[in-house]
Amino acid sequence: MALVLNEEQVMLRDAARNFLQERAPVSHLREIRDSGNLKGFSSEIWTEMADMGWTAILVPEKHGGLEYGYSGLGIVLEECGRTLTPSPLLSTALTAVSALTLTGSPEQCATILPDVVSGELLLALACDESAQHQPERVATEAEVLEHSFVLSGRKTAVVDGHVANTYIVSAWTGNGISLFLVPADAKGVRVERYPVLDISVAAHVTFDQVELAADSLLGKLHGGQVILDQVLDAARIGAAAEMLGIAQEVFARTLEYLKERKQFGVPIGSFQSLQHRAAKLHGEIEMCKSLVLKALQTLDDKPGGDAEISSLTKAKLGVTAHHAATEAIQMHGGIGMTDEFEIGFFLKRCQILETLYGDHHFHLDRFAKIRGY
Amino acid sequence: MTELDSFRLEARDWLEANCPEAMRHPYRSEADPCWGGRNCKFQSEDQRLWLQRMSQKGWTVPTWPTEFGGGGLNREQNKILKDELARIHARPPLESFGISMLGPALLKFGSEELKKQHLPAIARGEIRWAQGYSEPNAGSDLASLQARADDHGDHFILNGSKVWTSYGDLGDWMFCLVRTNFDASKHQGISFVLFDMATPGVSTRPIKLISGKSPFTETIFKDVRVEKNQVIGEVNQGWTVAKYLLTHEREMIAGSGLLRAGTIPVSKTAIHTLGTENGILHNTMLRGDIAQFEMDIRCLELTIERARDEVKAGVSLGAASSMFKYYGTELNKRRNELLMAIGGSESLVWEGKDSHDGQLPKSWLRSKGNSIEGGTSEIQLNIVAKHILGLPG
Repeated sequence: MALVLNEEQVMLRDAARNFLQERAPVSHLREIRDSGNLKGFSSEIWTEMADMGWTAILVPEKHGGLEYGYSGLGIVLEECGRTLTPSPLLSTALTAVSALTLTGSPEQCATILPDVVSGELLLALACDESAQHQPERVATEAEVLEHSFVLSGRKTAVVDGHVANTYIVSAWTGNGISLFLVPADAKGVRVERYPVLDISVAAHVTFDQVELAADSLLGKLHGGQVILDQVLDAARIGAAAEMLGIAQEVFARTLEYLKERKQFGVPIGSFQSLQHRAAKLHGEIEMCKSLVLKALQTLDDKPGGDAEISSLTKAKLGVTAHHAATEAIQMHGGIGMTDEFEIGFFLKRCQILETLYGDHHFHLDRFAKIRGY
Repeated sequence: MTELDSFRLEARDWLEANCPEAMRHPYRSEADPCWGGRNCKFQSEDQRLWLQRMSQKGWTVPTWPTEFGGGGLNREQNKILKDELARIHARPPLESFGISMLGPALLKFGSEELKKQHLPAIARGEIRWAQGYSEPNAGSDLASLQARADDHGDHFILNGSKVWTSYGDLGDWMFCLVRTNFDASKHQGISFVLFDMATPGVSTRPIKLISGKSPFTETIFKDVRVEKNQVIGEVNQGWTVAKYLLTHEREMIAGSGLLRAGTIPVSKTAIHTLGTENGILHNTMLRGDIAQFEMDIRCLELTIERARDEVKAGVSLGAASSMFKYYGTELNKRRNELLMAIGGSESLVWEGKDSHDGQLPKSWLRSKGNSIEGGTSEIQLNIVAKHILGLPG
């Protein structure tokens, strides 16, 4: 497939851009933060996103979705990165929907997906148990009984865990890892909300002897590891798409500043030391555009995606977006350090996404393993 | 079956039947590439056959028009042909600055007469071209060149010198930038001329490099006659042609040696040389550097692919070739550094059969020139900053 957006995708991008710039620019994130909104996002904006069909992009048509693919959702996430618009799009519309479409039973899909499309149901993936991302190391256990399961353990860094109605939980089942759909209101589920930097929210979620019905099992018993990897790979590429938006936006703002800001009687952008750094950053961002496009297309072409391109994309975007945001602060000088200025928000969001689902060290290591060294 | 599918089958069958077995391996040494030219000495009969068959088919220059010796293929067909060549690890039938640099400029700016005279001979590998761009006092500031061509009615008389002429001693003809107007501003007085290097007054002197080799010469002109009908574009308007050719040169350098099909991945060499334990390379610090390098290579490959797709969709590549030149050459330097690190003390061996006469350290030293020739990395970053990012000054 050609590495360019088609006409439909360009239209989707423009529509998303217009909506986000108009309704939820960076100042919207600041309002959410300063208003003491405990959820960390606006329900009103979320409903509007659902009305525009963004929650339906990955959902199959038979469950009320648009079946427009990862390439489509990636475009929207990239635009969300430009405006830093907070929403459960990544956790619910991409990550959870991926899990269901990859491995959900027809009944599970029919029950859950229509409510995802309408924006009423929020899901959160609960797979991390330590500060470092190690999805294959699971201490949470689900005891396998004849017609049910009993789940115990503690998950951390659960994105949107504070608002989710249902968790997708990885647990050891004695002979492998299995995935479970766990209602947030089940007896024994305890949620500890915590702010992430000062612009986002996540939760630790504890499962204390939570009784689960047989139909809570998502996918095959003991067969969760492969699916979890695939779900995480989709989530990583989604996070990368958002970071691509961040990188492009901070770079555009920096470039504008380099042309405007005068010192020693000339625009600072006329200094070669800054020009070369900007030129290199431009090149890195161009590489990132190709990666994200390719990674999204791969997810659409091949169910479950491709681990190598996923790790490559997550690693490269993590480094580049982070570099773009740090260079932005440096080149803006003192004003870049102030809370009043918006650049700092980008660095914070970027750091969150870089840490999520494995940072670039994790993915560098994984990439080498995949390539056999 | 679509037309492209049947083209693929056709190409596959033809290559299967016509590519000699010995030509189905990547280059093993610097002596392997075939450069053609008047004094071409073929290494083998297979090498001669491969060039002859490919040029008769028009596939030494697949996308050039058939009337000029090309294959007349469109971009999609060309991509398929490349895939099929890569599938059987076929080496290029011909390496040529005529193909990679002069040809595109001739096609865009040359008169019909010049195209007819030069393009078919390039396609057949009959004439080997040399590039006359840099001068002792015009390196990064190329437009300040001083080689002078004085008007003598139907011809010019050329005096001056060029430097860093790749294989200048082996060139048959030269495409050359000369100053034809000393009163105009530096970009306005340059002409793009062609002449036979056998013309009286042309001489070359080898330049010995840190690798011990001499792939470049200094080229000296003393009262050399250049016909006026051998000017590409208008007299004094040569800078436009020169810049256009440079974008092709950058692309050529960006891809050379690095992304060529058949290049052995660095990690494969590392696994073979250093060994692994539980699937992990023994030297873990080096492992990280190799992984980072292989990631960056993949990024460049995908970005080149995207740029080609964008060109197909009507977006011009333009200054982006500077970016590719910068990345391609910096990555090739990194590749050589990693190979040296993997080789350890063996990578320092300069002579002898085991080291193929120091092939690795000589390539490593040669690669340092990649980010200088064809415009330094710093010049490429300047171009990106000014022409893509619009930064002032």
